[in-house]
Amino acid sequence: MGKVVVVTSGKGGVGKTTSTAALGAALAQRGEKVVVVDFDVGLRNLDLIMGAERRVVYDLINVIQGDAKLTQALIRDKRLETLFLLPASQTRDKDNLTEEGVERVINDLKRHFDWIICDSPAGIERGATLAMRHADVAVVVTNPEVSSVRDSDRIIGLLDSKTAKAERGERMEKHLLLTRYDSNRADRGDMLKVDDVLEILSIPLLGIIPESMDVLRASNIGAPVTIADSRSAAAMAYFEAARRLAGEALPIALPSDKRNIFDKLFGRRAA
Amino acid sequence: MNIFKFFNRQRTAPAARERLQLLLAHERSSSGSDLITLLREEILAVIAKHVQLDNDKVQVKIERSEFVSTLEIDVELPLNADLIAA
Repeated sequence: MGKVVVVTSGKGGVGKTTSTAALGAALAQRGEKVVVVDFDVGLRNLDLIMGAERRVVYDLINVIQGDAKLTQALIRDKRLETLFLLPASQTRDKDNLTEEGVERVINDLKRHFDWIICDSPAGIERGATLAMRHADVAVVVTNPEVSSVRDSDRIIGLLDSKTAKAERGERMEKHLLLTRYDSNRADRGDMLKVDDVLEILSIPLLGIIPESMDVLRASNIGAPVTIADSRSAAAMAYFEAARRLAGEALPIALPSDKRNIFDKLFGRRAA
Repeated sequence: MNIFKFFNRQRTAPAARERLQLLLAHERSSSGSDLITLLREEILAVIAKHVQLDNDKVQVKIERSEFVSTLEIDVELPLNADLIAA
């Protein structure tokens, strides 16, 4: 049976979709069978980040309502044999996302995949609560910034109370993925440090993704960063995060400092 | 120019950290029901039973700090307030 992961954050724009695509691809690059599922009904974007926007025929709501079979709606990645996408609906109302429907689809997917990675919409409304509802594991994506940390704290509270696992009295496994981290700014005391965020949220760290131009470049061409530029610092950090998600105990290193003393003094950014 | 700014600037991350710790301590303890807000509403309702409240003459201040919270309700009562209410 596959493992269901929800990628969530509360706040928008922190990197949920980017991280869903990158972690999903990284796991598939290890040969595991992965499906990434977009729960952001009405504002889908995972298809675009995965580079499959022109191949969407059916979506999650079509499957829930029985208009399409799961196998018809799943889109196989053109680069990785074992990576699939289940897109969200762009036009339907999100009220069509029913709890029983979602449960049925997730259970179906669990039979066919090793990993089901659910990309949650921002906020704490229906889409977000349904995305986390049947998760075994949660990846909480957080930026080192006050509003993101506050919203993550709120989401952690929901993961511990509103999920099926929590209602059964089980502990939800939660991991922190710190994204858009800039070691230089943290060293200068102008950005929350990894330890600050960890102490405040007190959940284990899955990885630190450095702020990187490569992430934007990857989204420009419609490829997860682990495929677009597998040697980049961001991709390496996602590969390591994926290995930890799969249960490996890897030490976590801070993203390396690429700037020299001259650049630091004059405040220039590395290319 | 840049170099002076670099040395003179205050570090802001510690402030972020302290503000978050304080805020989250409150948000976690009062999940959903906020006692201070409840008290504010009920106290004002009791006063309104006896005195006609002029919204412009009511000031409510809430200060949440690390160990205690204070609720300050300042109601300006005109001389004939009780007559108006009756």
